Amino acid sequence: MFNKAEDMLKLCTKKNKRISEIVIEKEIIMNKISRDDLLDKMKNVLHIMKESSNAALDKEIISVSGLTGGDAKKLEEYRKSSNPLSGDIIVSAMARALSTSEVNASMGKIVAAPTAGSSGIIPSALLTVKDKLNLSDEQVIMGLFTAAGIGEIIAKNATVSGAEGGCQAECGSAAAMAAGAIVEMAGGSPEASFHAASFALVNILGLVCDPIGGLVEYPCALRNAYGVINALISADLALAGVKSLVPFDEVVEAMYKVGKMMPEPLRETALGGLAATPTGENIKRRLSH
Amino acid sequence: MAEYGVFDVIGPIMIGPSSSHTAGAARIGRIAREILGTDFIRVIFYLHGSFAKTYKGHGTDKALVAGILGMGPSDENLRNSFELAKKQGISFEFIETDLGYYHPNTVKIVFKSKDNNDSYIIGSSIGGGSILISDINGNKVEFTGDYPTLLVKYHDQKGMIARISTILANNDINIATMKVSRENNIATMVIETDSPIEGNIVDEIEKIEGIIYIKGINPIMR
Repeated sequence: MFNKAEDMLKLCTKKNKRISEIVIEKEIIMNKISRDDLLDKMKNVLHIMKESSNAALDKEIISVSGLTGGDAKKLEEYRKSSNPLSGDIIVSAMARALSTSEVNASMGKIVAAPTAGSSGIIPSALLTVKDKLNLSDEQVIMGLFTAAGIGEIIAKNATVSGAEGGCQAECGSAAAMAAGAIVEMAGGSPEASFHAASFALVNILGLVCDPIGGLVEYPCALRNAYGVINALISADLALAGVKSLVPFDEVVEAMYKVGKMMPEPLRETALGGLAATPTGENIKRRLSH
Repeated sequence: MAEYGVFDVIGPIMIGPSSSHTAGAARIGRIAREILGTDFIRVIFYLHGSFAKTYKGHGTDKALVAGILGMGPSDENLRNSFELAKKQGISFEFIETDLGYYHPNTVKIVFKSKDNNDSYIIGSSIGGGSILISDINGNKVEFTGDYPTLLVKYHDQKGMIARISTILANNDINIATMKVSRENNIATMVIETDSPIEGNIVDEIEKIEGIIYIKGINPIMR
């Protein structure tokens, strides 16, 4: 069993196994489930993630409120027809993250990862790396277990809820989970996975949750697009050998404490940040009539 | 420190956009149907707090109606629930209200039957799709719908708890949680168990003298 990254890394060393394997072993014991059933369940998760991260690329999907949508398609068309400044892989990853966020806002089917508001980041990061490295579905499924292990550590020691810890707790956690997973998928060590996860949190420490009108739309979808890029660059930093000066467990604690210090208007109440701008207030009024 | 499983952080699979405002709402609707039955032609939803302010944009309204029609939070027909309700001849209405001291995401669901009998539950969506049912027709209760649940109302007398728990034990059912409250000599008991409570067990408990009401509720899937 593991409560912290420190425990996880000790287990990885002792058993000479990857994070995903330690997570699978724990889950089998904890939930008395067979390995095959567990992998099948995750296969189904991957299936839904693939669908949600593709659905809005060639079809405009508009939210229930009518406030947002269609941006994943715009990005995908731009990527195909232009020479994106930040490169093909970045724009493609953003489009996929937006796609899941748009599916979510339109009452489509998604996998909360770790929450519905941050559900675009993990699918896009893992599928982008799958394409880049020509990996199999099985390898992506292992990546999902690594992501889950990191998410469990954050949920146990801090929070993944925007109402409790701001956007850093939702999109930050999702990016950390994704970063650690893609490092493992790219052949990085368990230590490197946690360095990457640390970078992802460090990069957006203090980010507030300020959804306009209280809806999971704006800036949530944008922050999913940014979150996947955060995961990709954090993974590259770690794979290049850059180390997080502050260990992951302490970064998680810092994130939690920052969340606790955050005033309530900045924690999913739609009373601060972008939600409290004149435009945000106008939209809120319009939506409630 | 709470225990988390893999699918608590990579999951649930759900219909968006919000685990609290959509998935949780669908589960409250669904449990209302489990508790109050299917004999209704009209439903009124009293929306409180954040539910009242943001229900349209979150599809809370569609999720609640889907729930009372028996759909779960990952049913892709959730967004079509208004049309499906109309086809079944069920009318519904949403009223923004202040229910008093409740969690911000709370709804009171009133079922109206053909002969105009009203029954209701009050439930809150407390985050991540988790829910808490706190009132059934004026009876204060507290349960989550995550476990098989047994609701029992009886004339309070010595030995009732022992008799009910003995029947459960004899049927190899372990009690996870139990809460008992009393008002005017009428006791309300809520038992959450680790395994399903079959109909014959409910029948057996119902035969105990002094039982006024008993209802077994299946867990509401996530």
